[in-house]
Amino acid sequence: MNAVGNTSAPVYGIAAEFQCARDLYKAAEKIRDAGFQKWDVFSPFPIHGMDEAMGMKRSILGKLVFLGGLTGFLLAVTLEFGTSSFLYPLIVAGKPTNLYTVPAFFPIMFELTILLSAFTAVFGMLLLNGLPRLNHQLFNWDRFKLVTEDKFFVAIEANDPKFSSRSVSDFLESLGGINITTIHDD
Amino acid sequence: MSNPTATAEHQEPLTAEDKQLIRPALVLNERTMGWISSYISSIVEGKTPTWWYISMAFTIPLTVLCLALLAYLISTGVGVWGNNHPVGWAWDITNFVFWIGIGHAGTLISAILFLTRQKWRTSINRAAEAMTLFAVVCAGIYPALHVGRVWMAWWLAPVPNANAIWQNFRSPLLWDVFAVSTYFTVSVLFWYTGLIPDLATLRDRCKTKIRKFIYGVLALGWRGGNRQWRHYEMAYLILAGLSTPLVLSVHSVVSFDFATSVVPGWHTTIFPPYFVAGAIFGGFAMVLTIMIPACAIYKPLHDLVTVNHVDKMCKIILLTGSIVGYAYLMELFIAWYGANPYERAAFWYRAFGPYWWAYWAMMFCNVVSPQFFWFKYFRTHLVWVWIIVQFPNMGMWFERFVIIATTLARDFTPSAWGMFHPTWVDICTFIGTFGLFGTLFLLFIRFLPMICMFEVKAVLPEADPHHGEAHH
Repeated sequence: MNAVGNTSAPVYGIAAEFQCARDLYKAAEKIRDAGFQKWDVFSPFPIHGMDEAMGMKRSILGKLVFLGGLTGFLLAVTLEFGTSSFLYPLIVAGKPTNLYTVPAFFPIMFELTILLSAFTAVFGMLLLNGLPRLNHQLFNWDRFKLVTEDKFFVAIEANDPKFSSRSVSDFLESLGGINITTIHDD
Repeated sequence: MSNPTATAEHQEPLTAEDKQLIRPALVLNERTMGWISSYISSIVEGKTPTWWYISMAFTIPLTVLCLALLAYLISTGVGVWGNNHPVGWAWDITNFVFWIGIGHAGTLISAILFLTRQKWRTSINRAAEAMTLFAVVCAGIYPALHVGRVWMAWWLAPVPNANAIWQNFRSPLLWDVFAVSTYFTVSVLFWYTGLIPDLATLRDRCKTKIRKFIYGVLALGWRGGNRQWRHYEMAYLILAGLSTPLVLSVHSVVSFDFATSVVPGWHTTIFPPYFVAGAIFGGFAMVLTIMIPACAIYKPLHDLVTVNHVDKMCKIILLTGSIVGYAYLMELFIAWYGANPYERAAFWYRAFGPYWWAYWAMMFCNVVSPQFFWFKYFRTHLVWVWIIVQFPNMGMWFERFVIIATTLARDFTPSAWGMFHPTWVDICTFIGTFGLFGTLFLLFIRFLPMICMFEVKAVLPEADPHHGEAHH
């Protein structure tokens, strides 16, 4: 078995390469059924149904975005009523400054809701994904560069409770993985 | 019962029902995932082609012209433009609405077609989104400078002035500030989010240290793990869901600038849907204007941006052009049926006043010219498509000119009437914005993947995890 990274450093995990989305999908189902926790599959594009194959729940990002949107909405309400009804009420074009003016406030409420939701969606996604993070143990493996091209990979991490370097590499081989490699830290 | 002609080598002939289930391939010539990465990245990685320098030689002087004239305007005053009383909005707001409308097709392609699961969008959405951003950049120049003293533009931001008076949040002009700035920000976020996996592809293919550093930083360390993809896909879906009402709202808000006034010809409820349809109409014309030459230069892209794509975009142009045509006729009908003498006079003046040429140019370009797209021949022959879509490009500019200049030129009282004549600064600044748009787009083609590689890979048949298994 190959080893990459600093071979005297601790092992990050064991990775294997697969040739197509179908093989990766089947491998993921078996790894899930074998009860591993700390592992991931890597692909050039998102694979439909992979979340179920890996036994993962729906992303919680939607809930975060709801909170972000709510913040934007409340910000607009505060900004508009706070300034136009309380801090300096000013009647312009005959429009009232009380609650009856709310239709004229809708556009900005809408825009700020969208704006803060979008910020939450993007930065929340990066946060949940642990990005930006420019270094990673997997980048020690040269073949892993093909993950953004047309190859598929599985990596099982060493801190998984079921991890043992012998059995994991045999297991990945039995799933049809090739180029099985031990990834070390830098 | 199995068909008697079926053997082990020959699969059973497809039944009529099976044939209906087979979808036409989105990517032609059975291109592989590796080919998609290599070809699209090679456009960015290869030597700069000569045509790129030649094109830049045209667009950079125009950009410089635009910036120089803006500097002239700022240093001298807004009077160097032809804006006057009564036509205070003149060319600058015409150009603003023109450019912001162009942007809308990009968001439509990236967001609305995504939500409606139109997979053919994957090969055009990146370039269309880039077009959106650059069009909004060109658009943003005009209202910012139109305020006259551009160094006071921060008054638009929600900060109280020296007398502790706040902005009027009930003003459509302030809605516009929020709508356009939100639109630009969300478009940038959407575009960049879509770029992350493709930037990782470029990072992983880099040979030189500088490129590795730049693309490496821009890719944010993307690894393509499914634990990342699941949040990523959710973020993309949410952004599409947010952009869809946003894009519809932006041009609605732009139309409120007119519709909430009491000026005859502006004060109509048809404006928001009519503006949105017109924006999509003009925007798709601009997408085709750009994509057809780009694919002619990079010929293998025809396997990704196929004639089928062009055909579909032409149909959208036909549909939205017809909606716009309906809106024009409905405006005329309501002007007559509404029996408001000012409204009637405004429309009579549009069609038969001194600006008649702009009105009929608009009618011809936006209503008559897209009718060619009823015929498949004109939708599938790229030279014809390119020629025909130039009419909507021009027509949508005339539409905004008709709405703004001719309406303001004839107000209620004859004492407030006046004509608008553009100055050379007006004309050259507008031409210059095309240079700015072109320069930004050429830079985009040169340094970023102009087709969304990971999404195109995902619509290949072998991307399906059940590919090759018997379906039930």
